[in-house]
Amino acid sequence: MATKKEIPNAPEVVSKQAAARKIVSVAGEIHGDIKKKHKPSMCFPIRSLANVKYDTKRGHFEILNKTATRTLSYNTVKTFAQSMRLLATTKNDLLDKDDIAGKREIYYNSKSWGECRFDEQPESDSLLDDMEAMLAINREQLGYIPEERGGDVCGPLVVIDRDPATHKPIKIDCTKLGSGAWSIPSRVEHLGFESKAKFVLTVETASLFQRLVHHRYYEKANCVLISMSGVPTRACRRFIRRLADDRKLPVLAFTDGDPYGYCNIYRTLKVGSGQAAHINRFFCVPTCHYLGVTPQDIIDFDLEDATHPLEEADIKRARDALKNDPFIKHHKEWQAALEQMLKMGVRIEQQAFAKHGLNYVLEEYLPQKLKKAKFLP
Amino acid sequence: MGLKGGGEFSRLGGMGKKQAELVTAETMASKQRDISVSEFFLKNRHLLGFDSPRRALLTAVKEAVDNSMDACEEAGILPEIAVELEQLTESRFRVTVTDNGPGIVKAQIPKIFAKLLYGSKFHRLRMSRGQQGIGISAAGMYGQLTTGAATRILSRIKHTKMAHAISVQIDTRTNKPVILSEEEQDWRPTMQVVDEEGKPDGAPVVHNHGTCVSIDMEAAYVRGRQSVDEFLKQCAIVNPHLTLHYRLTLKERAESGNLKPEAGKKAGKGDASESQISGFRSPPSALSVTYRRAVNLLPAIPDEILPHPHGVELGMLMQMLKDTESRTVKGALSSDFSRVSAQTAGDICERAGVNPKASPTRVAHHEAELLYKAIQETKLMRPPTDCVAPIGEEQILAGLKKEIAADFYSAVTREPAVYRGNPFLIEVGVAYAKPEDPELKSDDPVRLLRFANRVPLLYQPGACVITKAVQGVNWKAYGLDQPKGSLPVGPVVVMVHMASVWVPFTSESKDAIASYEDVLAEMTLALQECGRRLSVFLNKRRRDLEAARKRNYMELYIPHLALGLKEILELPDKEEAKIVKDLKKMLEKTHLDV
Repeated sequence: MATKKEIPNAPEVVSKQAAARKIVSVAGEIHGDIKKKHKPSMCFPIRSLANVKYDTKRGHFEILNKTATRTLSYNTVKTFAQSMRLLATTKNDLLDKDDIAGKREIYYNSKSWGECRFDEQPESDSLLDDMEAMLAINREQLGYIPEERGGDVCGPLVVIDRDPATHKPIKIDCTKLGSGAWSIPSRVEHLGFESKAKFVLTVETASLFQRLVHHRYYEKANCVLISMSGVPTRACRRFIRRLADDRKLPVLAFTDGDPYGYCNIYRTLKVGSGQAAHINRFFCVPTCHYLGVTPQDIIDFDLEDATHPLEEADIKRARDALKNDPFIKHHKEWQAALEQMLKMGVRIEQQAFAKHGLNYVLEEYLPQKLKKAKFLP
Repeated sequence: MGLKGGGEFSRLGGMGKKQAELVTAETMASKQRDISVSEFFLKNRHLLGFDSPRRALLTAVKEAVDNSMDACEEAGILPEIAVELEQLTESRFRVTVTDNGPGIVKAQIPKIFAKLLYGSKFHRLRMSRGQQGIGISAAGMYGQLTTGAATRILSRIKHTKMAHAISVQIDTRTNKPVILSEEEQDWRPTMQVVDEEGKPDGAPVVHNHGTCVSIDMEAAYVRGRQSVDEFLKQCAIVNPHLTLHYRLTLKERAESGNLKPEAGKKAGKGDASESQISGFRSPPSALSVTYRRAVNLLPAIPDEILPHPHGVELGMLMQMLKDTESRTVKGALSSDFSRVSAQTAGDICERAGVNPKASPTRVAHHEAELLYKAIQETKLMRPPTDCVAPIGEEQILAGLKKEIAADFYSAVTREPAVYRGNPFLIEVGVAYAKPEDPELKSDDPVRLLRFANRVPLLYQPGACVITKAVQGVNWKAYGLDQPKGSLPVGPVVVMVHMASVWVPFTSESKDAIASYEDVLAEMTLALQECGRRLSVFLNKRRRDLEAARKRNYMELYIPHLALGLKEILELPDKEEAKIVKDLKKMLEKTHLDV
């Protein structure tokens, strides 16, 4: 693991003052253009699968240098004005005042901007992403807090956090949370870990997580259980990454057996997303492997009659991934798995193992898979 | 030119008829007698536009105004005419038309107003409003027939001390005027200008010459496209040199018992059209309007011309040969027709095999036919065209501008052309109304105004070549919607004027112009020219609207952009204002065609 040090362990920590200065410098350039009677423009990297490459050495999607330039014109004047007001709000209300805001709060905040307001939240979300890419500072550091839950953790792990007021360390034993679980906070950089677990198991659905927790599966398998509830959030990805790096733990992913589970949930967890390509290197878990449910598992575990036919959207997603997803295109095993699924024409849910008994999944499926230790990359 | 003196209408009795057993030639002869023209028209009044009470009112006004206009223009007087309609009883109106024309000498008054087919216009080929000299006397006769009242005329000639006041009736059997009373009065044509609200504007104008004719008649007043109101308004458009006063007085409705005013209001729009049709439901109690003169220039007086041989029918050719003062056929051809030289006349005779020196009165029927055929085959110079006087593009624009509030006006006057030997000239005017015009809606068919020799044509639009011409133009190419084969749609007034020494009306009531290919072609060309100009305007307007929309949009957001910069960079207000100014300039330069 000599190469490990090459990867910066954490996103650059940018002070609020530095972030504010960055905003001032961007605005200053625009103002300078206007003074020179040039049409001002904003430049930011294109955030899509088309502008990433799968960096196999580092194990994640790395952004390419394609950039989009938004020059002021009749078509862009509204977005341009909204961007300026968003930058002003970010600097004056969040950074300068050391405050935080949710995406939805910012959307509502714009309602005081008159005709410049955002009509729908996706508009402001998209501009926030643009701003983040343009400044090259992730939005958490600008004071924007994610609203979605970061994920739940349970198992042989002690998280060392700090009291927000006194900054005294607080130790959280993730085996002593009763029937609940510990929620991953939106910022995880300051956390420390103590663990003797052998690996981390991330699961897609909360119900399966509940079953594993209820039957204390983490003791039996000696693993840390993490519930992702769909595509893992940035904080969740960052938490798993830090935990894996810190404790040198392998990570396994257990999702529904469908193109969404493979290409969206698992792919994003492992190598990052096109949307957040500019910050993927921190928010992904390159060491992660895929446990199941694979198309082959459907056959191996006699689950053909517990499947659902693939829907149009599933087929389209699978074909699209085969054609355009740099990660899938790199891994023959994944191509084979997707082709197999398309050929079978079915998808399967994690809960389908209940066909053989409610606890079949933790009594038979997981132990067999772990024993076999043949995972998809 | 078919209708001539009274004698032609007498029946020739008995010829070729089997004698019935009980009726002898003698008994029949005792019943056979002359039918006067007056009697003939009495029985065929629809031919002259007196077929309904509503139409009769319009026709009477139309004939009187035509006469007044022609008289003024021939005398070189800028016309000022007052039309007054006064409702006497439910179904009876008094029509009074006063002009500032030259006046009429006393001896002529009875003949002009109470003798059919008397006039100065019938015997000549010259562009004028009236053509046959039956109009005003027919109106008087119609009044006499329906109310028993006489036609009253006041006329004052310049430099005379008194005006003549004469009451006449027509003897419908002899077509001769009967003077009921006659006296001298100190009368002068007096007219009152009114403002837009119908209130008197300044002192009444008194002229020292002019004529006033007053006829009582059975009539109905109905508003709408075929009303007196519309006719006079169109007169004002097409005669911008005319000042026209119009006053309408209606009787208070007698039996309004079951229709209270409030109930009427509640009935709403649906009732409005109904009331227009019935005319007596809820008409305005009074209307007073002055259409003011927009130009002080009289139209040129057109020259009189001889008939062109190519425009002459066989019967008329025979008649002309009979009436000529020349003693030879050749002489008659060259002196009584335009564009026929002695040389050409000789050629025609030779071609027809007719002795050029023969006496024209003795030309036999088959010889006339040969002559007629020869004329058709002979190439002749086109008739002189200075005999048709256009309204003129400037005058058309002036007329449209004063009566229609529009954003775009265009007028085209074509060069004179010829159909069947008759010189004519086509003019087209187009106005694109302002959006707030309540009458011209953008999803209604265009308003088509038809004119012949400056007279509005209100009836039978479907039978008229003007309608056909407008429908035949592809207006979509010029930016207007147009259902297939119909009038285009839009807030547009299209006026088409045909000026000619002889307008080919489809009937004697002069409602519609017959479709001649040459006429249709000229109209189409003029309409297309206006259409092209309209499309330039519409395109520019569309671009302007688009630019305005874009400018508004940009100006909505530029201040926000500046505000954002100001807040980030902590700029002074002055700098913020400068950013707004600079950005506006920058964006307008590239995004607006200014």
